Order: sequence, then C-alpha cells, then structure tokens
Amino acid sequence: MKVTFTAIATLMVLGVTSAAHADIKLGASLSASGGAAFLGDPEAKTLEMLVDEVNAAGGIDGEKIELVLYDDGGDPNKARTFATRLVEDDEVVAIIGGSTTGTTMSILAVAESEGIPFISLAGAIQIIDPVRDFVFKTPHTDRMACEKIFTDMQKNGITRIGLISGTDGFGASMEAQCKDVAGSHEIEILAQETYAPQDADMTPQLTKIKSTDGVQAILNPGFGQGPAIVTRNYAQLGIDLPLYQSHGVASDGFIELAGADAAEGVRLPGTALLIADTLADGDPQKEVVTAYKTAYEAKYGEDVSTFGGYAHDAFRLMADAIARAGSDNPSDIRDALEATDGLVGTTGTYTFRADDHLGLDLSAFRMLEIRDGGWVSID
Amino acid sequence: MDAFMQFIYSGLTVGAVYALVALGFTIIYNASDVVNFAQGEFVMLGGMITVFAFDAGLPLPLAAVIAIAITAGIGVALNKLAIEPARGAPVVSLIIITIGASILIRGASQIVFDKQLHRLPAFSGDDPIHVFGATLLPQSLWVIGGAFAIFIALWLFFTRTLLGKAVLATANNRLAAQLVGINTGFVMTLSFALSAAIGALAGVLVTPITLVSYDVGVGLALKGFAAAMLGGMGNPKGALVGGLLLGLFEALTAGYISSQYKEAVAFIVILAVLFVMPQGLFGAKKTERV
Repeated sequence: MKVTFTAIATLMVLGVTSAAHADIKLGASLSASGGAAFLGDPEAKTLEMLVDEVNAAGGIDGEKIELVLYDDGGDPNKARTFATRLVEDDEVVAIIGGSTTGTTMSILAVAESEGIPFISLAGAIQIIDPVRDFVFKTPHTDRMACEKIFTDMQKNGITRIGLISGTDGFGASMEAQCKDVAGSHEIEILAQETYAPQDADMTPQLTKIKSTDGVQAILNPGFGQGPAIVTRNYAQLGIDLPLYQSHGVASDGFIELAGADAAEGVRLPGTALLIADTLADGDPQKEVVTAYKTAYEAKYGEDVSTFGGYAHDAFRLMADAIARAGSDNPSDIRDALEATDGLVGTTGTYTFRADDHLGLDLSAFRMLEIRDGGWVSID
Repeated sequence: MDAFMQFIYSGLTVGAVYALVALGFTIIYNASDVVNFAQGEFVMLGGMITVFAFDAGLPLPLAAVIAIAITAGIGVALNKLAIEPARGAPVVSLIIITIGASILIRGASQIVFDKQLHRLPAFSGDDPIHVFGATLLPQSLWVIGGAFAIFIALWLFFTRTLLGKAVLATANNRLAAQLVGINTGFVMTLSFALSAAIGALAGVLVTPITLVSYDVGVGLALKGFAAAMLGGMGNPKGALVGGLLLGLFEALTAGYISSQYKEAVAFIVILAVLFVMPQGLFGAKKTERV
C-alpha cells in the first residue's frame, strides 16, 4: 500500500514537473464533414467540450490534455493518413475516432501495428470481433439493436414481420444483421423492401408490405431522412401495425422531422441519453447523462445525439484509463483500459475483459416508444 | 386497384419533384448550352434559407420570397464571378466550372447553416386526401401544381416574349444575337437569376416532403438531369413529362417488380429511349455545320 502510494506520489511529481513541456496528447480522426457529418460533427464538438472541461478542472493528475483533432470527411484513405500522422508526427498516446466503420478499419490497422490504444465510435461488430489487443469501441453493435427489437416483438407476440431498409451503409448492414438473428428469435421476415437514401416517397414499398398476408409489424433499419419519410408515409397510408425504427434515428430530431402525430407509437431501441429528463432518480446513468446533456446543449445550442454520446463515453473511458495507468505509456493505458470495470457512460455501463472489448450488454439499450412527441421507456 | 392508385400517386409526387428540378436546368441550357450542375444546390439553398428564416420567426411566404431572392442573387454571382470571366471557353469547361461551384456552395452551406436535416411544415396540413381508395398528401398537390405552373410560365416566356426569344437567340449564335442588338451579357445574367429562382422555388415546395440538408443537392440534380435528358434538354415540356415519367417508372417498379431494382429499371428505360431518340422525347433535332 505504502509502496503504491509512494509510486503514485512520485508519478504525480513527475507529472507536474513535466506538464510544462509535454501534455497528454490525445489524437482523434472524425468525420466532421462529408456524408457522415451527422455522426462526426457532434462527436468532434463533444470531444472539444470535454477536453476543455477536464483541463479547466486541472487536467488528469495535474497534466493537461492536448487534443489533436483531424477531420477525415468520412474517407477511409484520409483516415489512414491522419492515423499515421497522429502516431508518427503528433506522437499521441491514444486515439479516439473512426465515426464510420470504414474509417475505423483504416485507423485500426495503424493503431494495432503501432501499439496505440484506440477507441472506435462505429457500429460494426467486425471492429471488436475478433478481439484486437489495442482496439475498443463504445457504440452497441447493429446486431444488439436487432436482438433488442426482436426481444420486444416476442414479448408482444409478434412473429411475422415486414422489413423496409435504406440501401445506405447503415441500413444495409443492420438489415443483414437482423436477417441473421431473426431465426434465433423465431421471427419470420415475410416481406422485404428497400429505398435509396434520398427517396422522397416510400408509399409503394409500404403498400406492398401492408398487403402481404400475415405481417404483424414493420421494422425500418436506416438513418437520415429515410426513416422520417417512412414514418410519415405510414401515417398517410393509415397502417395500424406497430412500427419499429432503429437506434440510428434515436434523437429528438427524428420526432421533429417525422412530425409528432405520425411518430406516435413508434418504437426503437435507444440510450438513456434520450430520456435523461424522465430517468428514475436512482438510475445509475441519471447523473452522467444529465450532466452531458446540460453541458452540451448549453454550449452548442443544439440537441445532444446518441452519436455525441459515443464520443463522450470514449473520452471518459480513455481519461479514466490514463488516470489509472498513472503514465502516458500507450501500452500501460491499454492495460488499464482493458481493466475498466463498471464505468458509467451515456450509452451504458462498460466493463471490458480480455475477450470483450465492447463491454456492453443488451441492458444498455432501452426500448423506447414515442408518445405525445416525447420518449417513454417501455422496458 | 387501390394499390395501383397508390403507386400512381407516389409516382406523380416524386415525379413532380424531379420535374421541378429539371425545369430549372432549362433556361441556362437554352441561353448557353451549359448544363448547370449547381442546379441542385439552388434547390437546396431555397429549402435551407426558407427553413432558417422561418425558424427565425418570419412568416412562411416571406421566408420563401427571401430565399428565392437570395438564391437568385447567388445565381447572378455565379455567372458574374465564374462563368463570365471564362467567356470563350468551350461548353465542357463551363460545365466543369458549375460542378466546382456546386462543391463550393455545398461546403459554404455546411458552415453557414449546419449539417442537420430540416423540414418545413406542409402548406395545407398533413391530413391525407382519400381519392379512389388511395391516399395523397396535400403537399403533393402543391408540388404537382408548382411544376405545372412553372412549366406554363416558362413555355409562355420562351414562345410569347421577346426576352425569351432573345435567350434562345443567344444560345443559337451569340455573335449573330449581338449583331441584331441583343445584350447577350444581360441575357446570361438573367438566365442564371431565373434558373436559380426556379430552383429555389422548387426547394421551398419540396422541402415539406423530401426534407432538406446541406447535401441534398447532388441527388436531386442527378435525378433532375436524368429527367431533363429523358424529356429533351432545354424543352420545358420535356422537363415536365420526363420528370413525371421517371417518377412513375420508379414507383411502378417498386410496386410491381421490386424496390431493389426501381432505379435500375428507370435508368434502363431512359437508356432505351435515348438509344432510339438521342434528343430525348421532345428535344429539337440539331444540325451543326462543320
């Protein structure tokens, strides 16, 4: 005990003395512009806000954090260049980033070969399966979203569904995962339709699904304007089957785009961030999500999104690991990161293990329903 | 039957959106043979500026008028700052300039506005109208009506007014047009202002249906361009019919074959038409002296 204390004290002294020369350098490559800007933009804003916050409070163990942030525009080639630059020129000790699965795969290769701990903000299961030594991620996988939705369907006695998905990366990936896990939840997909990301009207597809015998509910994996238009067309056609959306549109903006009347009764798996105001007082995530939501909305004047929450969690995980590692040696940070136990974030409570670098389970998702223009938890 | 009518309504709604964008291509093309690839950005600007002005508390009609005026101004600026200095350059170079302009406008909009999706309230509410067993939103009627109104206005402009004929003459032979006393510089400026204004008006009309964000322009311009090619570039009638046909192909394919193939089928039909009629359905045959 005494030895540890002395060690920490020594490290702190070292930290204070060296703080003037070398801060903790944290690297990030995000898609703050381009097609994935709706992901990268809130992520970049969140990181900048949190770094300022931590530095204003004195940094980690007295050391300030210096954020080196690049905008890869959603381009995997640029992401790779920036990752290399972060490691070789900027000499960062850890990387957060990869707003999309494509950019993540580029950064991941660099991080893994250079031995720099990396927390990804993208959804695909391939990022952490197989487990790579230096790669972690904060968002749930698409597969978990499908499982959460199917579990809710089973609870409501729904076994035969229609699927309408976007042909963009998110929609196509989630559609494939949902089809993959449907069987194990005894869900039968009777009708399957798609739409292009910028289509203006989905009534033909919905009319077809509606007239398919036996369909009990409709699931719409997608993000962007597609799900909002599907939801409005749903109301236009007067379809009275339950409509399930994905976590891709879990934001207040979705209700606004679809219109509160049309969105009434829509169900989707979301995070605690969406229901920050109505969370029970004893809820373990209450404090974290309320603090983040209040700070973000005060600073930027726009609603928090689930995606910004991913960056929030990644930063907290990294800061926590750096503090526990007590050094800015990348492999010490990695070891501390893997030992993370019960860190409460906005997305869920993270516990990493050697064979689990996602650290979330299905309980992190909350099944939400839109009622009177707001979110209600129906778990 | 009900399903068929639903497919038709969907096709007409989407087709009218394409037609509105296609109509915007007409004037600049007629004045200069240039296909303006920044046309989609004009549509986006119309929607975005209206949304922001409306959110700032202005009444919707005033917000729309402001958006149309600003976008027309940007159209004039595009002509003055980028197209006019390159006078004498081949048409292909001018087209490439418009592509550059579209990238610039898109980049500037994500800084000036934001990167989020926005919508406007529908002009006449969201209660669907039931006709022949299928449903149609009132906003669809606004879009279809807007497409027809702009078509008639353009048709009158090109066939009944001296100014419209001056635009056509400028495209035909700029030197000859100057010799008969047409101010070709003014005609070019006017054509960019009108095209931008039509694009912006289209943006105002379609935003309640399609939603708007800084990057919707490219997709809209591509579909509008396809519609204009199908109908015959430069002909308002072609733009209207081409747009509606493209929308109907897509909706009927999605309804009766598969939504996976709807765009492929629509484009195969366009290719087939252009193979038989290279000028499009209503395009004028051109003979060029060599």
